[in-house]
Amino acid sequence: MNHTILAISLSSIANSMHQSLQALLGDGFALTATEMLIQGLSLIVFLVILCFYLGWMERRVAAFMQIRLGPNRVGPQGTLQIIADTIKLLLKEGLTPNSSDKFLFNLAPMIMVITSFLVVAPLAFSKDFQLWDINIGILYVSAVSSISVIGILMAGWSSNNKYSLLGAMRSGAQLVSYELSIGLSLISIVILTGSLQMSDIINSQSNGWWLFKGHIPVIISFVIFIIASTAEINRAPFDLAEAEQELTAGFHTEYSGMKFAMFLLSEYINLFIASAIAATIFLGGWMPLHLGNFEAFNHVMDFIPGFVWFMGKTMFIIFIIMWFRWTFPRLRVDQLLNLEWKYLLPISMINTIFITIIAIYGWHF
Amino acid sequence: MKLLGDDEISEDGEFIINMGPQHPSTHGVLHLKIWLNGETIIKVQPNLGYIHRSIEKMSESLSYRNFIFATSRMDYLSAHINNLACALTVEQGLEVEIPERAQVIRIILSELTRLASHQLWWGSTGLDLGAVSPFFYGMRERESILEIMEETCGARLTMNFMVPGGIMADIHPDFQRKTKAILSQIKTNIKEYDDLLTGNVIFEERTKGVGIISKEDAISFGMSGPCARASGVSCDIRKWFPYSGYEKVQFEEILETSGDCYGRYMVRMREMLQSVSIIEQLIDNIPEGEIQAKTKNVIKLPKGEFYQKVETARGELGVYLVSDGAASPYRIKYRSPNFSNLFALPQMSKGAKIGDLVAIMSTLDLIIPDIDR
Repeated sequence: MNHTILAISLSSIANSMHQSLQALLGDGFALTATEMLIQGLSLIVFLVILCFYLGWMERRVAAFMQIRLGPNRVGPQGTLQIIADTIKLLLKEGLTPNSSDKFLFNLAPMIMVITSFLVVAPLAFSKDFQLWDINIGILYVSAVSSISVIGILMAGWSSNNKYSLLGAMRSGAQLVSYELSIGLSLISIVILTGSLQMSDIINSQSNGWWLFKGHIPVIISFVIFIIASTAEINRAPFDLAEAEQELTAGFHTEYSGMKFAMFLLSEYINLFIASAIAATIFLGGWMPLHLGNFEAFNHVMDFIPGFVWFMGKTMFIIFIIMWFRWTFPRLRVDQLLNLEWKYLLPISMINTIFITIIAIYGWHF
Repeated sequence: MKLLGDDEISEDGEFIINMGPQHPSTHGVLHLKIWLNGETIIKVQPNLGYIHRSIEKMSESLSYRNFIFATSRMDYLSAHINNLACALTVEQGLEVEIPERAQVIRIILSELTRLASHQLWWGSTGLDLGAVSPFFYGMRERESILEIMEETCGARLTMNFMVPGGIMADIHPDFQRKTKAILSQIKTNIKEYDDLLTGNVIFEERTKGVGIISKEDAISFGMSGPCARASGVSCDIRKWFPYSGYEKVQFEEILETSGDCYGRYMVRMREMLQSVSIIEQLIDNIPEGEIQAKTKNVIKLPKGEFYQKVETARGELGVYLVSDGAASPYRIKYRSPNFSNLFALPQMSKGAKIGDLVAIMSTLDLIIPDIDR
């Protein structure tokens, strides 16, 4: 297990870069600063390009579900369409309404994007390839991702628009509620693993993914996690904060140009993060799929690099969340809260008890 | 019936939202002033006049052949049926016998219009409730119907095909074949409609028990069409006052008793199948013969008043025509279904949430140019 057959892996690239920089700059502040700069820049570039293609993917998935073609003119299969759109957004004027609270109005999109970037830190993209393997990884993720609600409330309040305000209030209630279910379904895996650290959670799945090892309770918490994180990232059928048909565009009604694009960017990064976390803790992160004693099959699976496994699983969950969006109608605001407080939360509480019993008696595989 | 005590609510210190005239789910330039308490609606006040084109006044200076065509711009999704109502009014004054062939083609075209209208409504209801995909599926069948219209009438939306005495031109040679194809397409695909929206848990939660209007209130407000039939009011003009040969076809008047959004939804879904069955009865039996009765070049109606009502896709359209014997009408008044249906909205949406208001509006199936003529 874990023998990378490809000579070049992401971690070996990182290591060789680290060594050459160490040789150049020595062990000092300069090395740390340079490496942080490189890490930050490559993270931003990676996420922005990823979001471009999530946007393109969403449009193609939507088109596929809606018996139409989607963007297919600019570049091969329309892959460059999103770049054209970005250039358009960059050239547009970013209006600030006269009667808005100008400081908060301009700060809100930044908070959204910065929060989204922060949460990426503890994600393991491949074996030994992780920005920050902090020992409270899961706690950090759920804590930092909650900050985004401040951005939404700030945007809704400072716009000085009644639709935006309603959208912001809705999203405040929604995010605070669904945080609980997300927390409880994350805790179920933490109980089974005994660690909050991402790398520990992934390593605990070397003999099988938690989704398969943990019987029905883990499957329930996986489903709850997907539902609750769809709500957490404000996507249909839980997109009440935007609710185009009710509130025109909810909290970002007044935003245009690049400031609007930042909300869009953070939405897609959050989509990626939610799916990546689901893939990491339930589907084994970068671990390849192994089937019992089928040695030949397992060896073939090991040939596929960990990064491909990780992105493949993440994209699969992203596809499911997109599938929700283009199939379901939107819930009403009171039904949304009913769903959380009357169904998801009690179910996940009872589920946590079952998982604790499973963990105590070691009934999982 | 007590109206909502309009004078009890002032505008000072209240949270008021103006929905429209530019808003995604008012489907046009309807302006709703909404008094809110949090998300809960205290009062709704529709404001009209943004798309007034004075069609009634304009008709007074148009000839009896021409004024019909202005009505295509009223309820633009039922253009054929509007034209038919006016043509029937003029024919009432002329006392001409309409050829059998023209009558049958008129019914087929009316029912195709109703199908196309209901399909667009189905799509936009999904859209209003937050599901974007139904819109494209609804449009798929509507597009095939509009292609048939384009071949026969030369237009897709404002058909202007009904003239006093019959229809303007004969049907396209492909008409029957294509109509039969679209009928079987609809019968297959209506299952897809149900799979996508009807049985969905969220959809049922959003529509059942929302926007209830009782039978008595529906009658008091003068509601008509599918909206009234969902409250159990039997009001299908095609059954009660048959015109243009509707008495010869077999169909069912769809009635529901719940009076909520889901009831209105189900009435329209089942009406589509009735329209399909009406067309199926007629499409193979279009009689041969003339398509227009002989009328004078310049039509002059005898002095008097004429009234004709028809069932459009949205309800009862009445045409009241006063003639003083000249070559153009002295006065025209349209009783449009959407106007009456709209003013049940304040009653329905009291105490509802903003999301409910959108659901109610979409199941009322409002066409704003028909409200403001």
